[in-house]
Amino acid sequence: MDNSAIRRVLFALLVLPCITGLAMADRIIVQSTTSTRNAGLYDYLLPIIKADTGVTAHVVAVGTGQAIKNAERCDGDVLLVHARASEQQFVANGFGVERFDLMYNDFVIIGPSHDPAGIHGMMDATGALAKIAHSKALFASRGDESGTHQAELHLWKGADIDPTQASGQWYRETGSGMGATLNTAVGMGAYVMSDRASWAKFGNKGDFKIHVEGDLTLFNQYGVILVSATKCPATNSKAGQQFVDWLLSERGQRAIASYQINGEQVFYPNAR
Amino acid sequence: MISDAFIEAGHLLVRLDADLMEILILSMQVSAVSLLISVVIGLPVGAVLAMNAFPGRHIAVTVLNALMGLPPVVVGLLVYLMLSRSGPLGVLGLLYTPTAMVIAQLVLITPIIGALSCQVIEDLHHEYEAQFRSFSVPRTTAVCAYLWDARYSLMTTILAGFGRAISEVGAVIIVGGNIDHLTRVMTTAIALETSKGELAVALALGIILLSLALVVNAVVMMLRTQAKRMGYV
Amino acid sequence: MSNKQLVTHPLLPISVHDLHLAVQGKLLLTDLNCCLTGKGVTLIMGPNGAGKSLLLRCLHGLLETPPGTICFGGQPLCPEVRLTQAMVFQQPVLLRRSVEANLRFITDLGRSNDTVEDLLARVGLTEKAKQPARRLSGGEQQRLALARALACAPRILLLDEPTASLDPASVLLIEQLICQARDEGTKVLLISHDIGQAKRLAEDVVFLHRGQITEHTPAARFFINPTSKAAADYLSGHIVL
Repeated sequence: MDNSAIRRVLFALLVLPCITGLAMADRIIVQSTTSTRNAGLYDYLLPIIKADTGVTAHVVAVGTGQAIKNAERCDGDVLLVHARASEQQFVANGFGVERFDLMYNDFVIIGPSHDPAGIHGMMDATGALAKIAHSKALFASRGDESGTHQAELHLWKGADIDPTQASGQWYRETGSGMGATLNTAVGMGAYVMSDRASWAKFGNKGDFKIHVEGDLTLFNQYGVILVSATKCPATNSKAGQQFVDWLLSERGQRAIASYQINGEQVFYPNAR
Repeated sequence: MISDAFIEAGHLLVRLDADLMEILILSMQVSAVSLLISVVIGLPVGAVLAMNAFPGRHIAVTVLNALMGLPPVVVGLLVYLMLSRSGPLGVLGLLYTPTAMVIAQLVLITPIIGALSCQVIEDLHHEYEAQFRSFSVPRTTAVCAYLWDARYSLMTTILAGFGRAISEVGAVIIVGGNIDHLTRVMTTAIALETSKGELAVALALGIILLSLALVVNAVVMMLRTQAKRMGYV
Repeated sequence: MSNKQLVTHPLLPISVHDLHLAVQGKLLLTDLNCCLTGKGVTLIMGPNGAGKSLLLRCLHGLLETPPGTICFGGQPLCPEVRLTQAMVFQQPVLLRRSVEANLRFITDLGRSNDTVEDLLARVGLTEKAKQPARRLSGGEQQRLALARALACAPRILLLDEPTASLDPASVLLIEQLICQARDEGTKVLLISHDIGQAKRLAEDVVFLHRGQITEHTPAARFFINPTSKAAADYLSGHIVL
């Protein structure tokens, strides 16, 4: 292989991606939680967004904790997660331009149908968790600083219980995404807290069913943030802003509302 | 469950499911390119290490062998930090592209190719060395002779590299992002379907992946059997 | 001295001066002195472990010796001199290729003008050209090894027991090739345990015992009346320790 051929190959390998990157000015990377991806929301919305705005959104769905860290490393143009406190911190630290409420749904507490802790039908999520702790029934936690995990910890706090004391015994921290945690929970017959949409779309339900739902403390709010071009100069702010604007627009909000799993709405738009 | 998976696999293949074809082709592309580059780098490195005695050679070989056991997730993390927009090579914009996946797999496969080819060529070197010195065979001619004569053993080496590449998920999911229609390959798709609880689909994809690996292995096995008969191995 | 000059420079006499060889602290060749002037086949003989192969390897430059210890026509052993030699080992190492590919590997080094076909015909392997070399019989493999050596157009041919464990037909063929080479002007150094072969081919005999040359005698006289006791015991069939 002579020198000129080598140079051409190196050019292709290294420079071409940069050029194509520049050429694709309408390409953005969305760092996202897994629940929206697993629920199939992106499969539904992204083609509509592309048709309306020309923006191609590439979604990296890794879970709230990792998504936020990735965005802090400027590896995303838009952040879409469901952990309000962390999102506000993200903006306060200058990484995000502004945080907007996007949509909400709720968490549910799921468990084996024989309900060892006897929590079925309870309207009080905190109370249900306390009962689980008291009966030492198995409980599978995300354990990964995701939005779901943070919401779960908030509930434990409300019950004045620190489940991590029993970590490895009845409290099993999987450190994984929602899907993996659900698989693990079903596999070991453990209670688990999940967002409704992920559960609705989940294919390995076994004999599990929803035991606790409807408590206001199970409210699950999603937020969307454009990454700041000040902290991250390489951010595709133009396309990113288009993406965010579309989601918050009437059209976008109606699209979110129209998404259904098994004939039921799973996300409730609430942008102001 | 398993029979469901086989049926599902059959359905996907028979109707040439578009999504399946897309991820299959991308899997092959990423694995093939990374394998090709790692062979180009790894074979000469293995040959040089095999044929030259220099101070520290033992350490170099030991390190190379140890690198075969690099945990993919760790490699994925390191490559991610390098290619991250806030990382040293961020300006190249390679993160979340198939190129990033090729790079990560390169790091994983090259030590395998290098270490195994070093072993193969070292054995051949012991066998041929006296004869080559007798004929005053020039260095480069000798290296080419080793690489050609070891072709069947090197095939097994390359197969090992292919196996690692095609089944790898830990690194490519971090640097690729498992983005739909962009960086989703067989293994990351299996991970995704598993996380959605779609176990039959995940298994079906797994069966297809295994079949691919089986076919490749079978072809190499046939070549080796033929070669053994001719005394070429 | 450049290659061009060496082609015509005489390589005889082959002189060995005070050669000592120690391997891992053990002295294997001691005080070797010898001068080969004749153009015929020189036979190197001796019991196993006497150092015959070692001597041949030293002459071929495969073992390091102090400069000036070994000279060819006054020229010390060096890479250019080595290019005028070719060696056939007791066990040929053939490449994992066909017979003709093995030969082509050597002809591609460009030492001689012979073609692969010529050489194959010379050693009687034309029909086996396409066969895997490592699947040949012992005799055929050794013929191929000899063809490879001849492909270097050597002026000095070193043979380390080339016909050991071969069938009589192969032995005959190889001896014919050796005589051919000798008649064409190649200096042949041959190691052999076969006394019959020695009597058939040798012009002069160098006898080694325990790493030392006990005698260097013209062949005619050696087989009738060897001067050293070790050689006499060896020729009369005794085990020489």
